[in-house]
Amino acid sequence: MLKFFFTRLLQAIPVLLVVITVTFFLVRLAPGGPFDAEKAVPPEVLKALEANYRLDLPVWQQYTSYVGDLVTGDFGPSFRYPGRSVNELIMAGLPASAELGLYALLVALVIGTLAGIIASLRPNTAQDYIPMSTAMIGICMPSFLLGPLLVLVFGIWLDWLPISGWGDMPGDKILPSITMGAGYAAYIARLSRGGMLEVLSQDYIRTARAKGLPERVIIFKHALRGGLIPVIAFLGPAFAGLLSGSFVVETIFQIPGLGRFFVQAAFNRDYTMIMGTTVFFAFLIVLFNLLSDVIAVWINPRLRHQAQGGH
Amino acid sequence: MGLKQPGLAKLAIVGVLFTLLLSACGGGESNVEAGNRDKILHFGNGTEPQELDPHIVTGIPEHNIIHALLEGLVGKDPQTLEPIPAVAKSWQISEDGKTYTFQLRENARWSNGDPLAAEDFVWSWWRALQPALGNQYAYMLFPVVNAEAYANGDITDFSQVGIKAIDKHTLQVTLNNPTPYFLQLLDHYSAFPVHRATIEKFGAADERGSRWTRPGNYVGNGPFVLDTWKLNKIITVRKNPHYWGADKVRLNGIDFHPIENVSTEERMFRAGQLHITGTIPIDKIALYQEKHPQLLQVVPYLGTYYYRLNVRTPHLKDQRVRRALNLAIDRQSLVDNITKGGELPASSFTPPDTMGYTATSDLRFDPEEARRLMAEAGYPNGEGFPVTEVLYNTSEGHQKIAVAIQQMWNKHLNVNIRLNNQDWKVFLSSVNMGQYSISRAGWIGDYVDPNTFLDMWVTDGGNNQTGWSNARYDDIILRLAPAAPSQEARHELMREAEAILLTELPVIPLYIYTSKSLIQPSVHGVYGNLMDHIHYPAVWLDEGTE
Repeated sequence: MLKFFFTRLLQAIPVLLVVITVTFFLVRLAPGGPFDAEKAVPPEVLKALEANYRLDLPVWQQYTSYVGDLVTGDFGPSFRYPGRSVNELIMAGLPASAELGLYALLVALVIGTLAGIIASLRPNTAQDYIPMSTAMIGICMPSFLLGPLLVLVFGIWLDWLPISGWGDMPGDKILPSITMGAGYAAYIARLSRGGMLEVLSQDYIRTARAKGLPERVIIFKHALRGGLIPVIAFLGPAFAGLLSGSFVVETIFQIPGLGRFFVQAAFNRDYTMIMGTTVFFAFLIVLFNLLSDVIAVWINPRLRHQAQGGH
Repeated sequence: MGLKQPGLAKLAIVGVLFTLLLSACGGGESNVEAGNRDKILHFGNGTEPQELDPHIVTGIPEHNIIHALLEGLVGKDPQTLEPIPAVAKSWQISEDGKTYTFQLRENARWSNGDPLAAEDFVWSWWRALQPALGNQYAYMLFPVVNAEAYANGDITDFSQVGIKAIDKHTLQVTLNNPTPYFLQLLDHYSAFPVHRATIEKFGAADERGSRWTRPGNYVGNGPFVLDTWKLNKIITVRKNPHYWGADKVRLNGIDFHPIENVSTEERMFRAGQLHITGTIPIDKIALYQEKHPQLLQVVPYLGTYYYRLNVRTPHLKDQRVRRALNLAIDRQSLVDNITKGGELPASSFTPPDTMGYTATSDLRFDPEEARRLMAEAGYPNGEGFPVTEVLYNTSEGHQKIAVAIQQMWNKHLNVNIRLNNQDWKVFLSSVNMGQYSISRAGWIGDYVDPNTFLDMWVTDGGNNQTGWSNARYDDIILRLAPAAPSQEARHELMREAEAILLTELPVIPLYIYTSKSLIQPSVHGVYGNLMDHIHYPAVWLDEGTE
């Protein structure tokens, strides 16, 4: 198990290096520089700015010095926010994004698995079609539509919930969590329905039924464990995605998260900020994929056997 | 079936209880109600500011906050924009209009209680001109003798620059030319004083982005002090007891909310979370005009929306073609049917009545004359006219305008126009490299004077990406107008220059911007003006209304 873990960890290093290198050069290839603005920057000022951020050096030298700093955990200064380091900006945005991601994931898991299980119990009946077509709508409905819609209904018409903010008023975290979780809930519903259907047709379930076990025990004790494996495999990358924040949800609800920085950095050609958020995001994806693999192995006896060296 | 029913029922009950719990949470006191009581103004401020260092920043959100934290020698009257005393209680201008002597208030202080002296301005301007600082607005100080040479590194002795502290409370500034708008420049943040001891405590004077601008560190001289700064969330400022006019400041503080999404901003206003918004979604203007006109403020803004023509493009080289394109645009229809935000159809490049200056112009809509000019230029009924591209940065608003212009040109001149949109930075790079035929543009004046609209069109000017050049125009703008003996003579020269611009038309002005905001009825002292400038000491909130 440990060997499996460390091999996977080592494999992550070249992946990250490729991400860093490709992003670094792609960002510089994009037309338009960080200091271009509607009002032209005087050439003397531009020279001073470029020298300030080492942009006057040859590109390979910029690259080596950037990677050198990165090894020590330093993402460099932001171009857009002169007084802030990229590390500082990421740390400022992470708590809200992580919290939002966690709530959204909980919303998605609870609603998604429940809907999936309910649907799988009576396939191809109304009990299946209703939750599943709702799920389909959930997948199709973009958050820039769902968010304002929820705000309109619960925030403005019914006046039950705050329409924006994060931790400013009681209940202001509910609408963004639902908005963000909805799409994932729909996906999880489909995954868990599929997983459950497959498991429920297995011999050991038939055996359990033949033994006369109550249906509740069959589903929650025997079927669920196998049925949710596809959901767990999905959770890793999903959680990484949720953690990195959502530009749309964060702007609609005024949440001071990472997603806004991530997208604005690209628009602003804030090179160091693009690099920082991309590398950070890549790191999260690698980490959570690894974790979900570990959990999958731990939960699935067949995979566990393989990981321990059996064939 | 019977087995899972109890689970579902339980879930339903929990769901209902949860909803009830939520409904109990709503209906708390809104920002506006609390703000009216505590005299805290809630201000929708666009984006997260880049910085709060007046010698580094460039944007409007930064302007809004810095004007609460710092104050220059001279301020602006919130209604007329005429200069009013600020740190300087009075000033004299020499006969030749080149020497300004300012008497500073004896009771002007920094927010830590330190006295504010003439020497502080000398040091601050020295800092603002340091090349390494990368101050993009350093040019605002260039009317001062040798300021430009110093900023460009041509001279290194700052004592040659035209700013001197005569004594503790007297400051003398010498200019290259009589500059009628010079007093206005002093209300721009690039001319604001900064607290030397604080800046030097946190780094070198010319270091970009040291920690001096953080809450707790920031020492200013404005009506408010920086209280908190939460990234992408809020910046709060509270009353500065050391401000010379503190007893006249009626607000206890301002909370600046960085809200990028204009729809979110409007919803927050409706929910009573904001006293005043930075703007309003275009599709909501009509609704407010009809239902709540008292909440909506729309005033002309010192900015022009225009199309740039690249005169290096072979078929746009011909002045007749450019004039034909101009004559085929129905500006009235554009502002009535497309922009719909109270914009004024442009009659010149400089907005009308800019400190008493109005250009003489003939930007009329005359499709017949346009067709005649096209025929004269060799394109009768548009025949043989190459497909021409209009470039704009990706945005719904710009697209609508481009489509309307495309149709007008097609209808009246029978020419084919292709539309192309690019991401903002790509767009800027295309324009700067001259890779366009026609591109959209906007220009916001730095100060209220025609010069800020006209000096950009001199040959090879940094903002003149059209390739246009006219010797007489250059001569007026660079030599004659600055040396003009009187404001009338100067305006006369400016009118001549603008007439050249509007005849040769390297740019086609479309409309004059408006600033639009939503303002709660409890807010007083916010007057719309050309610069969308709010003078915070004049603002107050009444408790009675929401």
